[in-house]
Amino acid sequence: MPVMKIKKFSFTYPGVDHPSLRNITLPIEKNKITALIGPSGCGKSTLLRSMNRIHDVYSGNKYEGKIELLDFETNQRNNILDIKKENELIKLRQQVGMIFQKPTPFPMSIFDNVAYGLRIAGLKNKTELSDRVEQALKDGALWKEVHDRLGKSAMGLSGGQQQRLCIARAVAVKPEVLLFDEPTSALDPISTGAIEELLVELKKDVSIAIVTHNMQQASRISDYTAFMYLGDLIEYDKTENIFLNPKEKRTEDYITGRFG
Amino acid sequence: MRLIANKIFLVFSVLSAVIGLSFLAWILITLFIKGLGSFHFSLFLNDLIDGGLRNLIIGQFILAGLAAAIGIPLGMAAGIYIQEYGRGRYASVIRDLSDIMMSAPSIVIGAFVYAVIVVPTGGTSGFAGAIALAIMMIPVVINTTDNMLSLVPRELREAGIALGASKYRVILDIVIKAAKVGIMTGILLAFARIIGETAPLLFTSETSNYFSLDLTESFPSLTVSIYDLANEPEESSRDLAWAASFILTVLVLIINLTGRFFTRNKD
Repeated sequence: MPVMKIKKFSFTYPGVDHPSLRNITLPIEKNKITALIGPSGCGKSTLLRSMNRIHDVYSGNKYEGKIELLDFETNQRNNILDIKKENELIKLRQQVGMIFQKPTPFPMSIFDNVAYGLRIAGLKNKTELSDRVEQALKDGALWKEVHDRLGKSAMGLSGGQQQRLCIARAVAVKPEVLLFDEPTSALDPISTGAIEELLVELKKDVSIAIVTHNMQQASRISDYTAFMYLGDLIEYDKTENIFLNPKEKRTEDYITGRFG
Repeated sequence: MRLIANKIFLVFSVLSAVIGLSFLAWILITLFIKGLGSFHFSLFLNDLIDGGLRNLIIGQFILAGLAAAIGIPLGMAAGIYIQEYGRGRYASVIRDLSDIMMSAPSIVIGAFVYAVIVVPTGGTSGFAGAIALAIMMIPVVINTTDNMLSLVPRELREAGIALGASKYRVILDIVIKAAKVGIMTGILLAFARIIGETAPLLFTSETSNYFSLDLTESFPSLTVSIYDLANEPEESSRDLAWAASFILTVLVLIINLTGRFFTRNKD
């Protein structure tokens, strides 16, 4: 069952005549990993950044079509592109978290980093806060490494640890969907391996969409793959079909490295 | 041929550096010799009326402190506006204005405050002096805040928004924290600058021979008194001016070094 349904979605950046995404229709399945692949400039990050409306940090973008998110509380599908009020956007971002290419630890302690989203959401009880932080750090596979230095600055962690901290921070607010924008492209192979394992572990609790340049990564961890090219969705299918048996010539060319 | 040109350029630049630095050394050495010669710890205990500098040093700090209390919040707020909220032409006009204000001659700012505050209120006052110093400080704080915030990566702001924080929370909790060291350094340097200013105070707060905390009257100022003392015919007054210059230089130096110390220990 899809947690998110993208329907005939088009996106235009401000000051540009032609849309950067055209007529995209794509489900994000519940408790699965959906990989978005394609050459640079194909619009995969633009699509990902539409799913939590992070584009709205900058004004003037144009959305068309629908992105329906299943609300687990009311069991209804709401079009997130209709949201206008700030507090509803905030709720959307609590439901749909995001992890960026470069690790983005906040300049505060490890504990405060993970607690940040919880505090913003209004959690004040100290015991509950520290329980949730501990659980999130365990979910982020970071607890063992940092449990004795939670009060230390997060800036002192290694790149891989920082990225897992960002994942823990996002997991802490218990989102329905997590968006990953090339989360390992700034990391070494060992850290990358740790994060890939973590993603597979996380999908028990959360649905994942990941943009990746690394096709091995997509084939290793994802259940579904969408191949995009120049703003169009070319092919979407189960990952094994995309990699072993693509229907479209362009998908096959890209997968086999003939362009990209 | 190229080797010779290289050598000539090297000699030329070393020579220029030596000339520049030797003037600086000359100033400092003169100041230290003349200043230390007249320096005595009793200067810190007596007011000017009794031949000391106590009221002037305290007065200068009060003026600069009040200026900072006015200038820092206003300057930071304006810097935050320009960098985080300002869009397009409006923000860039403010930025340009602030840059122009930064290079406005300090005597002009003093004259301005004289015209709009001293004349209407019927006399010089500590408030007028502090406001003149605040006007000097604001563009520097705007510029520092603006520049330091612009160095904070875009992703950090987006990461805060993506966790469900509103824009103002992201700015207050994350962005300013990330830029904290740079902003604090800039503010300290701005403070070091205004604490040594004379021209903006010359006809706004003037100075006073007595200890005073009354900001509605002429207010004791170290820099203005240096100017006055240096113009007096008696040797003793000029010696006192040297001692005051020495103390002022050491104060500015300490504040400057503190600022540098912050930058060096960034983490």
